Amino acid sequence: MTKAILSGNEAIARGFLEAGGKVAAAYPGTPSTEVLEVLSREKGIHAEWSTNEKVALEVAIGSSLAGVRSMACMKHVGVNVAADPLMTVAYTGVNAGLVLMAADDPGMFSSQNEQDTRHYARMAKIPCLEPVDSDEARAYVRAAFELSESFDTPVILRTTTRISHCKSVVRTAEPAAVKDRDLARDVPKYVMLPANAKKRHLVVEERLAKLREYAETAAFNEVRPGKGDVGFIANGIAYQYVREAFPDAPVLKLGMTYPIPEKKVRGFAASVKKLAVVEELDGFVEELLKAMGVTVHFGKTAFPPCGELTSRTIREAVSGSAVACKLPVGGLIVRPPTFCPGCSHRGLYTIIAKLKLYVSGDIGCYTLGALPPFSSMHTCICMGASISGAHGISRGLALRGVLGQKPVAVIGDSTFLHSGITGLIDMVYNGGDALVVIMNNDTTGMTGGQEHAGTGRTASGAAAPKLDIGQLCQAIGAKRVREIDAYNLKELEQIMKEELAAPGTAVLISNQPCVLRYRVSKKPYRVVRETCVGCKACLKAGCIALSFVPEGKKGHAEVDALLCNGCGVCSQLCTTNSMVTDT
Amino acid sequence: MNAFNILIAGVGGQGVLLTSKIIAEAALLQGLDVKQSEVHGMAQRGGSVLSQVRFGDQVFSPIVAEGEADLLIGFEPLETARYLHFLREDGIVVYNTRPIGTIGVSIGKEAYPQDIHDTIKKHASKVHPFDATNVAVEVGEKRAVNLVLMGAVLRFLPLKESVVDEAITNSVPKKVLDINRKAFLAGKAKNI
Repeated sequence: MTKAILSGNEAIARGFLEAGGKVAAAYPGTPSTEVLEVLSREKGIHAEWSTNEKVALEVAIGSSLAGVRSMACMKHVGVNVAADPLMTVAYTGVNAGLVLMAADDPGMFSSQNEQDTRHYARMAKIPCLEPVDSDEARAYVRAAFELSESFDTPVILRTTTRISHCKSVVRTAEPAAVKDRDLARDVPKYVMLPANAKKRHLVVEERLAKLREYAETAAFNEVRPGKGDVGFIANGIAYQYVREAFPDAPVLKLGMTYPIPEKKVRGFAASVKKLAVVEELDGFVEELLKAMGVTVHFGKTAFPPCGELTSRTIREAVSGSAVACKLPVGGLIVRPPTFCPGCSHRGLYTIIAKLKLYVSGDIGCYTLGALPPFSSMHTCICMGASISGAHGISRGLALRGVLGQKPVAVIGDSTFLHSGITGLIDMVYNGGDALVVIMNNDTTGMTGGQEHAGTGRTASGAAAPKLDIGQLCQAIGAKRVREIDAYNLKELEQIMKEELAAPGTAVLISNQPCVLRYRVSKKPYRVVRETCVGCKACLKAGCIALSFVPEGKKGHAEVDALLCNGCGVCSQLCTTNSMVTDT
Repeated sequence: MNAFNILIAGVGGQGVLLTSKIIAEAALLQGLDVKQSEVHGMAQRGGSVLSQVRFGDQVFSPIVAEGEADLLIGFEPLETARYLHFLREDGIVVYNTRPIGTIGVSIGKEAYPQDIHDTIKKHASKVHPFDATNVAVEVGEKRAVNLVLMGAVLRFLPLKESVVDEAITNSVPKKVLDINRKAFLAGKAKNI
């Protein structure tokens, strides 16, 4: 046994190895990404970036059938994509253990919603485990596989951003000796024709009843005796906040939040004067308790369902008095995220903003095009929605007789492969009239630069067939497919105008590598003070390496050489050729 | 010991996470319980970045509560000011005086606050400003601001220098270890 500081995600990867896990499949998504990143460096297992979360879960289901312990990892919204196989693998059960690791994002540090994955566990009628720190995250992976195999069920291992990304001390254990199972051949169990599924639904209900019994004595759920009138039921990171706020109070820690141990909960509730149920996001456990007729004194009315909880909000809500503390310094300007200097999305958005186009957006770094100075995104829903959304916009506008407002779909390469392809097929097939811009930077950018089918490398870095996005679009039937240089503003503007004028579906694929992922570092530009007239045209590039220095009535632009990455977009906007680079 | 609470604030890309990793690792080497919190993803793209480290005999929450930070390490003045209310009454601030503009400043919509240093002084009692970027440039590695600051705050940490040194060796990639150690020593030698 050794001690190390690991994030929850690193600990889950460690736990997977300790549990004898063999196949891990994932699509990158904050805050879940690092689990597969760590596993991709391991030998003797198969760890892959799958095309999307549905594929990842199906791969894991397949390898469970083949007889090895398997896990799919994804962020909370990824579970929506994987919901189809999830709901039915809950019927078939597993062969070797099957775990779905899902990371929720209370506070939405990097997400479009803050849905609560525990509802999926209830809908699928399968167990949901929730660790409170990294060491538990590690241990719960093995426990999840054992639970999966002993109850013949997939198991959800749910984390939140603070569990996945906080680091704490982990005591590692030796890997378990796990015997692989034979390839499963059992048609009534695994082929979900209605006649078979009807029988399996009965099994699901019986299994859930057994899981409820098991929950009563499971080590996941632990009562910590204490003093005081208020007793707490808490899970995940909220458990730590409760301990911080009320270190001496009695606490029932729920490591398994579905199904809950009803007798144990009733006993705990009866042992305290007042009951507080502290959970981030929805009042999931609270509602289960209320349905049992248990009185909850402090629930979602005390602890808000939006955003993260803190030890302070818990202390204040339960004690009924505000904790004195200083206010933030007022009037500070904000620092929102922005495109990196040198980012290949900058040139495209400069032109899209100039042409005042209506943009159907997607999920990735390029969602930042919605922010000033570009303010060029008008809808963004979920992975892949840009193209299908643009198609709907074009059909709606056509029916209303609105002309000259051809919508533009903006999507990245990884997102296009994830779920943009189906939208493009639909658009071409159903006579769409929109411009699709695929911003190809050869990586999955926002999550830190992961491989995908278009990069020519697997998760471990091994060579793989490189998908050609242009050829794929042509195979789909798109007649107008052009590749463009994301840094060449003149060409971008001209081609975009041509394609907007042409009827039907047009696809533009812009190519420039992600400067972060590929560590692109070109010579910085500088401003020639003698010729700069202070017109501020360059500032439209929206780059943090640029600033304006007022001097008397006008002033001049300045480039921070430490930040500039030499992409040259600002120099193409300059009206007096005053942006130069020494080459 | 009671939990010692540190906030590390800066701009995405400045290396905030490495500094917090070194401190956490050093605390572990000293036999303490430790928790560290950080945020990935969209927030990292040139945005405001905050990392938190807590260590002591037993640590529950990985998050430092308002009014409970013992030490605020600021990589940039504006980002330092943003978290001053987390300091306890006699909490210490060590920060890099070199400003980095925001996107609002770059597009000419906002001005960087000229009185930022006065603001920081007004809201904290023990303030130690210095140009860490300049020290890093002098050492020969402009990106080593994080190790310069690490060296500068060493005197305020209830951690032994030997464990911090070992943590640096464990956390910094081998091929850049020498230059980073130089940056650390330059920060430590800085009279702040």
